[in-house]
Amino acid sequence: MTDTLPGAASPNPLDEAAITAAVEDAVAAIAAASSLEELKAVRLAHTGEKSPLSLANREIGSLAKEHKAAAGKLMGSSRGRVNQALAARTQVLEAENDARILVEETVDVTAAPRRRRAGARHPLSTLQDRVSDIFVGMGWEIAEGPEVESEWFNFDALNFKPDHPAREMQDTFFVEPPEAHLVMRTHTSPVQVRSMLERDVPIYVLCPGKVFRTDELDATHTPVFHQFEGLAIDKNLSMADLRGTLEHFARQMFGDEASIRLRPNYFPFTEPSAELDIWHPGAKGGPRWIEWGGCGMVNSNVLRAAGIDPDIYSGFAFGMGIERTLMFRNEVGDMRDMIEGDVRFSEHFGMEI
Amino acid sequence: MRIPLSWLREFAQVPADATAEDVMADLVRVGFEEEDVHRPTNELSGPIVVGQVLSLVKEPQSNGKTINWCQVRVVPEGQEQTLSGKGIDPSGVQGIICGAHNFVEGDKVVVTLPGAVLPGNFQISARKTYGHLSAGMIASVRELGIGDDHDGILVLSRIGLDPEVGTDAMELLGLYDQAAEINVTPDRGYAFSIRGVAREYAHATGTSFVDPASRVTAPASLHGGYGVKLNDDAPIYGKQGCDRFVARTVRGVDPSRPTPPWMAARLRLAGVRSISLPVDISNYVMLELGQPNHCYDLDKLTGDIVVRRAVAGEKITTLDDKERKLDAEDLLITDHSGAIGIAGVMGGAHTEVSDSTTNILVEAAHFDEVSIARSRRRHKLPSEASKRFERGVDWHIAGIAAQRVVDLLVELAGGTADENGTDVGTAPDAVTIELPAGYPSARIGIDFSEEQITTSLQDLGAVVEKGGPGYLVTAPSWRNDLETKDDLSEEIARLVGYDMIPATLPVAPPGRGLSRTQQQKRRVVQALADAGLTEVLSYPFVTKAANDTFGVAVEGQARPALKLANPISEEHGYLRTSILPGLIEVARRNHSRGFRDLALYEAGSVFLPGEKLGTGSIPPLGVKPTDEVLDELYDGVPHQPLHIGALLTGHDSPAAATHKPRAWDWADAIDVARIMADVLGVELVVSQGSHQAFHPGRAAQLALRNGDVVGYAGELHPKLLASHDMPARSVALEVNAEALFEAAADVIVAKHISGFPVATQDVALVVPEGVPADEVLAALREGAGELLEDVALFDVYVGPGIEDGKKSLAFGLRFRAEDRTLTADEASDARAAAVAVAAERFGAIQR
Repeated sequence: MTDTLPGAASPNPLDEAAITAAVEDAVAAIAAASSLEELKAVRLAHTGEKSPLSLANREIGSLAKEHKAAAGKLMGSSRGRVNQALAARTQVLEAENDARILVEETVDVTAAPRRRRAGARHPLSTLQDRVSDIFVGMGWEIAEGPEVESEWFNFDALNFKPDHPAREMQDTFFVEPPEAHLVMRTHTSPVQVRSMLERDVPIYVLCPGKVFRTDELDATHTPVFHQFEGLAIDKNLSMADLRGTLEHFARQMFGDEASIRLRPNYFPFTEPSAELDIWHPGAKGGPRWIEWGGCGMVNSNVLRAAGIDPDIYSGFAFGMGIERTLMFRNEVGDMRDMIEGDVRFSEHFGMEI
Repeated sequence: MRIPLSWLREFAQVPADATAEDVMADLVRVGFEEEDVHRPTNELSGPIVVGQVLSLVKEPQSNGKTINWCQVRVVPEGQEQTLSGKGIDPSGVQGIICGAHNFVEGDKVVVTLPGAVLPGNFQISARKTYGHLSAGMIASVRELGIGDDHDGILVLSRIGLDPEVGTDAMELLGLYDQAAEINVTPDRGYAFSIRGVAREYAHATGTSFVDPASRVTAPASLHGGYGVKLNDDAPIYGKQGCDRFVARTVRGVDPSRPTPPWMAARLRLAGVRSISLPVDISNYVMLELGQPNHCYDLDKLTGDIVVRRAVAGEKITTLDDKERKLDAEDLLITDHSGAIGIAGVMGGAHTEVSDSTTNILVEAAHFDEVSIARSRRRHKLPSEASKRFERGVDWHIAGIAAQRVVDLLVELAGGTADENGTDVGTAPDAVTIELPAGYPSARIGIDFSEEQITTSLQDLGAVVEKGGPGYLVTAPSWRNDLETKDDLSEEIARLVGYDMIPATLPVAPPGRGLSRTQQQKRRVVQALADAGLTEVLSYPFVTKAANDTFGVAVEGQARPALKLANPISEEHGYLRTSILPGLIEVARRNHSRGFRDLALYEAGSVFLPGEKLGTGSIPPLGVKPTDEVLDELYDGVPHQPLHIGALLTGHDSPAAATHKPRAWDWADAIDVARIMADVLGVELVVSQGSHQAFHPGRAAQLALRNGDVVGYAGELHPKLLASHDMPARSVALEVNAEALFEAAADVIVAKHISGFPVATQDVALVVPEGVPADEVLAALREGAGELLEDVALFDVYVGPGIEDGKKSLAFGLRFRAEDRTLTADEASDARAAAVAVAAERFGAIQR
């Protein structure tokens, strides 16, 4: 195609047959244009200044007055047809063009790179939050205390007699000098005492945190681990309330099928004391009882140490290991995995447990 | 405590087919956790029978040894061999090679026949050796796993046995018995005895129980025996160190008598080594009745026995042949020669029973728990005796136990008991506990019947009377742990069964949710994970050098830190004052496992001791201390703020097709600190900082608007990285999170949002190179006035066109008015005012 049709001459604007032929030529050329570039050339050839229709149109001015109206009408409708065809074809070709570009821009989405690292929480930390949320949902509050603690809070206030073997059940890290009576807390129980001293009764608190014992690290022991400890002080609390609380908690953690079992045990800070087993329906290797922690009714001497009258108030307390919970809940086989900080361990969990 | 089942059966109704596991399952219900099972047949199986050596031919070998070629009858004469199998001779006589020489023809021995298995998976079979087919083995005690003696084979007559040939030797030696090992909680001293456990087994199973003490007939009183004086002039907490001492004399004991196999077997299963008959008897009675006791060689004692505290400088050589320096608080058993035992802990070597002892003085005494516990700890001597005494031993059992030792010495060792004996001391007052009638039900949540209460307590051995507010309960003499109505409530619940406790859910009063600080901590910790960092939890134990490097900004200053008296590793004997040493260790561990691109963080306590450290004394238990004492306790606990540290090393993301990871740099460290501040709504002022752990030119000091320094961020010092084997250009930061929490506003006041158009203007300023960009920015902000909405540094340029020692900083300024569309002139004027302040302050020249 070229800008002008070969041998193009100016047809007479009154020659309907010639004009119609020119229009049909143009429409045919427009329909034949297969790209926007071709269409542009067709447009110039058939509607440009030197196109037969433009030339014919220009002739109208030189016609006799009485012919002008008829020629104007003929030329108007003819050029309208051509423009319409042009517009329609443009739309089609543009759509085709757009579609082709999109096809050409196709990428392999499976090769998308990870541009940012995915962060991760430590599952012990996530689990601690999860446990706290369950109790906060029950109206309890979260209490905290220091990791290096006065011996009084860690032992004496909890009714550990100075020379009783119970004091050695928990292999204690002592801070130098020993005369300062500071230890790394061996359990979260000193937070019980602090809570009772600092808060008004009734008290319903959960105390999660780090604790320390002089165990060498192996598959089932670590000198630094985490516990959460619950304490409720109110009028007329009984072991039934303890059981109800633990059962509710166990179901939140392990599903409606979970239940708990209490076995007699001994702790200086509770009397009666119990060992807490949980029926874990989803346990690896089938449902079974798993030792979970200790609990009991707060020993009267502990209440007295915090200035609470045991004749008016009673309370219960319980404590579980977070590592232990994670081990059987999430099938962590080796304590060291939780301790060493291998990024694969945390990253596997991501933000969840 | 290990409980041989045969022993338990003497006093409790244990089903004949019950296993150690069954017994443990019963005992766990009453509060004794299962520990282990000890069962010789796990390692040992027959046929193992009694054989008689018919002939023994000594055959010298070329290697200098002489072996015995023996014919051993293993089936009674005239009977047929009923066993069959490879290597078992139908004649009932086995040919066996034996290298030991401590036996002769006619001796009865233990023969392990082909097919038997001995400890260590030692399979016995007929095999050719020394030119004979040796069909079995004549066993030593060590081979059978019942002793250490390997000098020769076990000749049964020497342990007092003359069984029929062919007898099952495993039965004979008590090897079919088994023991249940249970954990005894520290309050239940009485359960360190068969007597105590049998009673508990009866509680657990609802069966009957025979008190072993009831089988012993002890004289009602003893007089005229060996002289004993109780002379404690320094009682601890006012309690006499020894409040009862029973001494009995047995003469003419035959030192050649062996320990009978049944006793040896039970001791072995109980975990006690057989030593000699008198010592075995002493241990046997201790295990059965729970009363530690001691046998002295009477002929080595001189003068009266005096129980007294040690004097400074006094020494004793104990049974384990160690000389021990005594403390003035140690309670001693002494005679004229000096100390002959640390009371309740360990006897002395000089007066111990030897293989020539014929006359024995038996001691069974009652000692104060605290005194024994302290001596045991002081001398690091956790003996079977001290274990029981420090938990509490039945005061009334001493005379019975002494009698039982005497009876066994007479029966088994051929001795004769003196009629006279010694029994000195004063019985402690029995404690009567008032138990209000409704108390156990209220405390436990079970509606106990009157019968349940009285029967449970009586089953324990308590005397229950109606009186006072309900019941008056006198605890049995072996239950020193029963002191309060709560103790009694527990016992009632324990015997009725914890399974009977119902479940009720108490309703807490309206709570306040997480505290603000708890929410802040969660938000920051989560934000760092959201930003792509990985949370780790490291140990707080560090070296002194680590604290001195990371815990203090200025090199050469020692960081006051807490030191552990008994750390796991001496090197890591300090508590951290910074999070970073732990993170570096974790990073290195990850490196060694092939992970080089890391972004780690940890939120944890650091330990910052002040001047006051602990308290010189601690108040007693069971009483609320005064406010002054409590304040002292609170003040003595060192400051332990929450710090958050992060360590970035390697690249920011994994390499991938079409993605080129970026190496972490100093600015990332500052950025992470800013994330923390941003999520808390705290403004962090970053300025050029100086900290010995950081690159001197690439460290930022992080401060609050008020000037308080809250941390550092930047590139770690290259030398430090090299010495810690860390990649160059690793960056880190550490922030005192608590200080950030406190700086957060309580209420954020809203800002009006103007809908009028923005006018933006850029400006490039040339300033001396040392001028911090942030300060120039602050000057612009100050000068621009209130029309300035925002200003940001978008380019730093040094190079052609800028004179040496200077740099060009390009800032974008955004102006907007609250109430109108700004004109170009207004924006330009504001910009000029901004530049003027920067010019005045830093000599900034607009490019």
